Amino acid sequence: MLAPYPQLLRAGYRRHAGYRQASLAGLCANVVFGLLRAAVLTAVLAERGTVAGYDLAAAVTYVWLGQGLLGIVLLWGDTELSRRIRTGDVVVDLGRPWDLQLALLATDLGRAAHALLIRLLPPMAIGALFFPFRWPERPETILLFAVSLTLAVVVSFGVRFLMNAAAFWLLDVRGLIGVWGAVGGVLSGLVLPLSWFPAWAQALLSWTPFPALFQTPIDVFTERGDAAALLATQVLWAGLLFLVGRVVLVRGARRLVVQGG
Amino acid sequence: MIISTEDLRRDYLVGTRLRRRRVTAVSGVTLDVEPGEAVGFLGPNGAGKSTTIKMLTGVLVPTAGRATVCGLDPVRERRELARRIGVVFGQRSQLWWDLPLADSFDLHAAIHRVPQARYRERLDECVEMLDMAGFLATPVRQLSLGQRMRGEVTAALLHSPRLLVLDEPTIGLDLASKERLRSFLAAVNARGEVTLLLTTHDLPDVERLCRRVVVIDQGRVLVDDDLGALRRRFAGNRTLVVELAEPAPPLLGLDGVVDVAVEAQGMRQRLEFSPAATTAAELIAAVGRRCELRDVAVDEPSIEDLVRTLYARGPVSSGKPHSGPLRP
Amino acid sequence: MADRQRIYLRIIGSRVRGQLTYRTSFALDVIAQFLGQSIELVAILVLFTQVTALGGFSAPEVLLLYGLAATAFGLADLTVGQVEELATFIRTGEFDVMLLRPLGTLPQLLSADVALKRIGRVASGLLVLGWSLATLDLPWTPARALLAVIAPISGAVIISAIFVAANSVSFWIVDGREMANSFTYGSSFSTSYPITIYGPWLRRALCYAVPAAFVGYFPALGLLGRPDPLGLPAALQWSSPLVAVIAVAVAGWIWRAGVRHYQGTGS
Repeated sequence: MLAPYPQLLRAGYRRHAGYRQASLAGLCANVVFGLLRAAVLTAVLAERGTVAGYDLAAAVTYVWLGQGLLGIVLLWGDTELSRRIRTGDVVVDLGRPWDLQLALLATDLGRAAHALLIRLLPPMAIGALFFPFRWPERPETILLFAVSLTLAVVVSFGVRFLMNAAAFWLLDVRGLIGVWGAVGGVLSGLVLPLSWFPAWAQALLSWTPFPALFQTPIDVFTERGDAAALLATQVLWAGLLFLVGRVVLVRGARRLVVQGG
Repeated sequence: MIISTEDLRRDYLVGTRLRRRRVTAVSGVTLDVEPGEAVGFLGPNGAGKSTTIKMLTGVLVPTAGRATVCGLDPVRERRELARRIGVVFGQRSQLWWDLPLADSFDLHAAIHRVPQARYRERLDECVEMLDMAGFLATPVRQLSLGQRMRGEVTAALLHSPRLLVLDEPTIGLDLASKERLRSFLAAVNARGEVTLLLTTHDLPDVERLCRRVVVIDQGRVLVDDDLGALRRRFAGNRTLVVELAEPAPPLLGLDGVVDVAVEAQGMRQRLEFSPAATTAAELIAAVGRRCELRDVAVDEPSIEDLVRTLYARGPVSSGKPHSGPLRP
Repeated sequence: MADRQRIYLRIIGSRVRGQLTYRTSFALDVIAQFLGQSIELVAILVLFTQVTALGGFSAPEVLLLYGLAATAFGLADLTVGQVEELATFIRTGEFDVMLLRPLGTLPQLLSADVALKRIGRVASGLLVLGWSLATLDLPWTPARALLAVIAPISGAVIISAIFVAANSVSFWIVDGREMANSFTYGSSFSTSYPITIYGPWLRRALCYAVPAAFVGYFPALGLLGRPDPLGLPAALQWSSPLVAVIAVAVAGWIWRAGVRHYQGTGS
């Protein structure tokens, strides 16, 4: 039953291992923005010693961890499924003896595994070497972080899958993906810690899957809040999005059959 | 001389920074083309055809050697050269994807500063000869491949270039579209205004259009000759195909026949004969004496066979077996 | 020269007409671009719920910087943003087709498409610029008014030059687009804040290497009539047009070197 998925995972890993230049270019962008964002947060903390529990070390760790996670959790640039739906190639994918959603998830996890080495570790190393970086105090935190990171990838996959699957109904989903590209970073706590937001915005966001993408894994790493509760929320969103994605895919596929592509 | 090259050479560096290798794509191509000629430029994939064409059109700098096209240095005088030549790539478009075909022509004429009157005259002529009136208002992305290629060739000719370079112009076209394009190009070339340089995998293109053939393999010119002379020089055996009224045993023992193949239970037989030993007429007569003939046909050696023979004999094979026949 | 410009205008005109055909979709695109630019603004506003000043600059002053940066970036993205597609053009061989036309490669690439939707970005920038200038209640002199007009324009030219120079990396590196982004988007981001918040090395880079400081920081000091807290000469506040000219020259040189490299190594 499990047969093709581990292979797909490996294929996803190898496929991205082939784009080493692209990974390095992306890493360069992550580092430049890490320097700039660290400077902005440092300037804020220079005015006020701590903001919402973040001191300098916490803020710097937050920035460099976020820059590293960016290449793994992947907010932007995943448009392949929508392209295949638009061109009709998705019929081939649906016809294969696999579960398309699981297959794509396996490939995405493979991609994330590759990004782990080349995109997460270098920014963290820069943060740790040149800034007051804060490592976890409890050793088990590393394990919890790994789980949380995996869940973040699954949640991110769920969001991206839904946006791409919208192509079953919309002529052009680039606008939708574009808006997500613009607001996703702020809503998920990549740009600024969500606890710096006004209370009403925090309350609103806690009802969305977005914090599960960046803020939650970072909070787990920096040991803010109850790890069990954080992970439970991620599991909930990962499962929910996957189920919704499943329903959407089934309906979309049916629509494709009815309309004949 | 419209094209003149001397010992043209082009190397590529391939591989990663740590393990660079130097690969020679074109090594020492010397070629002279007179105005008005139609030259077929043949060779298998990776033989160096495209690289040579890129050097002749100013897209690539030669590693060594010299090229002059229309009296210009292709790279240094790229823009001036672009005004004097037309280039058609079968697999990439020079038209504006989302504009009506007519608008692409307008833009081309404007880019090349073709005077309005001349442009209209030229366009009307192409539209008529290539039967394009029906889709001038259609955006290029909605055209069929055959329609698009007619558009590409027209665009490349609007500024009355002295040289038209065609890289695989008939690739992917259906037979009717190929034939239409070939007869158009033949007509344009026959008027003597434009020189043709054509690369193709489709040898009927060459037979229809070119009087001269340059065969290139592994970056070197293997043969550069008149098509007829080439055929005479390398023509092997011919084949007489006879259709018989009744099945007959293989027609063995005829003078000059070197091989007999039997098809359709002996109703059709292919007699391969050496033109030096007999003629088709003698052979037909000889067969007629043995059995009743329904129909006869003579298979000419195709240029494809010819080129295959050339590769097999090629002086550049350097011991190792050749990579194989031309892709059809 | 004049008729060459007419050619580009015709190409661009046909592009623009094409995009206006689907009005709803175009409007949505413009809104998406507007939101995309404004999200940066949201981040700044959230920061100022926690502090009253950043690097010695108040909220309306930082928003002035942001307005200058966003307007300049929006204008640059609108006019030369197409250069980001260079890698695609090289990969598909369309760049070869451009080399076969009797026109320069850069103008051809830039006019190959114009994403008119990016006026959404410009609108976002101009709105904040206008709001901050009004809120700051500056005493208007002819010089200040002149600077308010010159600054976004020379800023746009500087960012455009950065766009061209940074994306030229695609001539050398296959997948260099994100690296180019770190210069283009990085310039826009960095110049939305006063350079006083950056460390000395980053600050030097923004003044002399990638001249983003001349898009926001220096002209903003001129508009605000503030001496430079870093003690740099006041003349810098008016030097953006000069920097723009130099940046364009350097970008043009890098582009030409890139084309030469491309012809030298091929695809």
